[in-house]
Amino acid sequence: MSVIYLLLSLSILVAVIFFVAFIFAVKNGQYDDSYTPSVRMLFEDELVKEKPKTLKKSKLTNQE
Amino acid sequence: MESSTCFHCGDLSDSSTIFFDEKTFCCQGCKTVYEIFSENDLTCYYDLQSAPGTTPKDIQGKYDFLSQQNIIDKLVEFDDGKSQIATLYIPQIHCSSCIWILENLNKLNSHISNSQVDFGKKTVRLQYNSQNFSLKEAVILLSSIGYEPYISLEDFSTGKTQVNRSLIYKLGIAGFAFGNVMFLSFPEYFEVKEFWLDQYKPFFRWLMFAFSLPVVFYSSQDYYISAYKGLRAKVLNIDVPIALGIIVLFLRSTFDIIFDHGSGFFDSLTGLLFFLLLGKFFQQRTYSFLSFERDYKSYFPIAITKISKAGQEHPIQVYDIKKGDRLLIRNEELIPVDGVLIKGRAKIDYSFVTGESDAVSKISGDKLFAGGKQTSGSIEMEALKSVEQSYLTQLWGNDVFNKVKEDGFTTLTNLISKRFTIVVLSIAFISTAFWLFVDSSKALNVFTSVLIIACPCAIALAAPFTLGNILRIFGKHKFYLKNATVIEQLAAIDTIIFDKTGTITSNKQSTATYEGDSLSIAEEVLLKNTLRGSNHPLSRTLYDLLEENDIIMLDQFEEHVGQGIQGMHQQDSMKIGSANFVGRTNEAAALNTSVHISSNDAYKGKYTFYNSYRKGLSQLFNKLKKNYDLAILSGDNEGEMENLKKLLPARTKLLFNQKPDDKLEYIKHHQSEGAKVLMIGDGLNDAGALAQSNVGIALSENVNVFSPACDAILDAERFNSLSDFINLSKSAIKIVKWAFVLSFMYNVVGVSFAVTGRLEPVVAAILMPLSSISIVVFTTIATNLTARKLK
Repeated sequence: MSVIYLLLSLSILVAVIFFVAFIFAVKNGQYDDSYTPSVRMLFEDELVKEKPKTLKKSKLTNQE
Repeated sequence: MESSTCFHCGDLSDSSTIFFDEKTFCCQGCKTVYEIFSENDLTCYYDLQSAPGTTPKDIQGKYDFLSQQNIIDKLVEFDDGKSQIATLYIPQIHCSSCIWILENLNKLNSHISNSQVDFGKKTVRLQYNSQNFSLKEAVILLSSIGYEPYISLEDFSTGKTQVNRSLIYKLGIAGFAFGNVMFLSFPEYFEVKEFWLDQYKPFFRWLMFAFSLPVVFYSSQDYYISAYKGLRAKVLNIDVPIALGIIVLFLRSTFDIIFDHGSGFFDSLTGLLFFLLLGKFFQQRTYSFLSFERDYKSYFPIAITKISKAGQEHPIQVYDIKKGDRLLIRNEELIPVDGVLIKGRAKIDYSFVTGESDAVSKISGDKLFAGGKQTSGSIEMEALKSVEQSYLTQLWGNDVFNKVKEDGFTTLTNLISKRFTIVVLSIAFISTAFWLFVDSSKALNVFTSVLIIACPCAIALAAPFTLGNILRIFGKHKFYLKNATVIEQLAAIDTIIFDKTGTITSNKQSTATYEGDSLSIAEEVLLKNTLRGSNHPLSRTLYDLLEENDIIMLDQFEEHVGQGIQGMHQQDSMKIGSANFVGRTNEAAALNTSVHISSNDAYKGKYTFYNSYRKGLSQLFNKLKKNYDLAILSGDNEGEMENLKKLLPARTKLLFNQKPDDKLEYIKHHQSEGAKVLMIGDGLNDAGALAQSNVGIALSENVNVFSPACDAILDAERFNSLSDFINLSKSAIKIVKWAFVLSFMYNVVGVSFAVTGRLEPVVAAILMPLSSISIVVFTTIATNLTARKLK
């Protein structure tokens, strides 16, 4: 029954992975602006129609 | 296709309509922006939102200072020699089209590699190639498409601000731990008597212990600090019982699992923190696009053009201005220091300072005060003082501005908590004493149980959720509060003081009436033409109000400074000005601003000026007079007294000729008599009064642009709803009180378990979230119901 140790540690590992992802998300400033991204995600398609070459919406790298 | 409104900005286009590409434009500027967009395949801008644009302003030479390296260094966040990153504040950002166009700047100029908009803060973050492109060019590009950035002295001094995200971390950690601990405590809740689960009980418990560690030592830090500060100041604030509860919960639970008494209360502990922090988070989220801490720095330019002795113009930083410097102030630029006008026709708009929108004319040799905006052409002036020593900026030296208002205010929650803590502690001690006699083995158990179950989670949540929700409701109705404490202060108000100019008067044109003998047509023509020559604000206003007449050449025109003007045409002469000037000496001291007229030395009559007051002012005052002392503080003379007396309830106090310091002192005086003062103002001259008052509300025609430091910003069009806002604040306080009653009932139930020594972890784990959630539900529903009264 020591499999429970394995299962528990796996489940906690998964939880911790998500937790770390959350911390990184906050650190990268993803929680600073909770409105603009919701509008931005609707734009990309219209850009493709017009001029595909400028479709370069790379994520800003965080310089701090 | 709409024919009457501008395709770009949506303004009504009049006679000067321009037709282009089958679309109408109100002006050349709007058309140019459209051309820029259509050339670059960016007309999508107009599909997202109809008429989203703003007319670009002429900015010739305005941003020359951006070519100076030391100024660029202050504004740029990142610079590696090849590329630079700068964040610019653009007040015009208002819709999804704005986001779209600003994030596609690279199509307009390929040197801009990336631009990202923060809609809430109204900023755009630009990354560009600094070898081929400069910040100045970027600003000019933005201005040319109608998105002129706003660069003020504030950007200069704050530099790079660090965002504080600790609350999100703390909340995240508490939520993470709460979920996992709940999950691990399930077997214990149902007391599953299963061999293997029993076998692993200690393992489960120690895991829970591990999860609770970051919650106790990191997430709840603020509560310990606040409780410690409260105790040092001999105040039992709400954080004292909370901190006590957390510590007791943790210690008791740890002992429980060490000595195998039970599973401990880790679920309640982490849940408690999660809910508390959630409440804090809910209350803390305010309006990132508004600033409530503005001082003169956010109004003042960062640089100004200096004229050297050799006559050369070059931009210098505002802080570098020395006494005796010659400065060039262009049209629409702000005067940064006190000085003397040397050259040019000055028409200074002091509306940032006084709220008065009529521009004041100045002639060479007149003193100019910092904070005014030049509105007609360029002028040259000589600085008399440095920025910090100027008349207006000196006001910020007052102690009021260094005081944190919230410090002196005991919130309702802390008021309750004082008694609550004492009651809880006495219950804990009495029941412990009782059990020491009856069954001493249970005494410690009972003592900790009482402290655990009485931990005022629900009480601590009542105010943040009620007030946080009210804050949001106010925001929807264009009344923006700095924080939730303002609602409590607003509910306690008993005196309301209004500024006059710009607050109860609207910024629109004033009106004038004529009394006296009627004027002949020839006289009217002469009057109008005499006024044409004068630059005095009253002459300008009167000129605009009079009907159009033929233009005639005057044979003689004289302006007597401070008295009036005189015009002659053929045989007729006309005098316009003060009563004395036109030879009317027996006139009773005029209360209203008036202009007297005499024709051929015979007195004719006078034009009397009235401010035009905001619509519904009278009704508002009549609504407010029942419950509040009302007063009006004006920086102007008594001219409007009669008019105001007619308009306002009889008991309203009217005070005139009030300097910024006088306003502050007046409020201080009233406060020393125990009054709770609400001040409503708009100009920078009210800044001191707004800071001194219990609640300072800045009234603003455009909430995004200018408003002095205050507790709340009210959109001018909602001015009439002021009494509704105050009433809603009072209802909010009632809701908080009812929520307290509700949470006390939970506490009574919980404590009855605790004092009898029967508090099981599962009871705590049910009671705690149940009370918290029901409080949240109750306050949310109650606030939304009461807010329906607000139109």
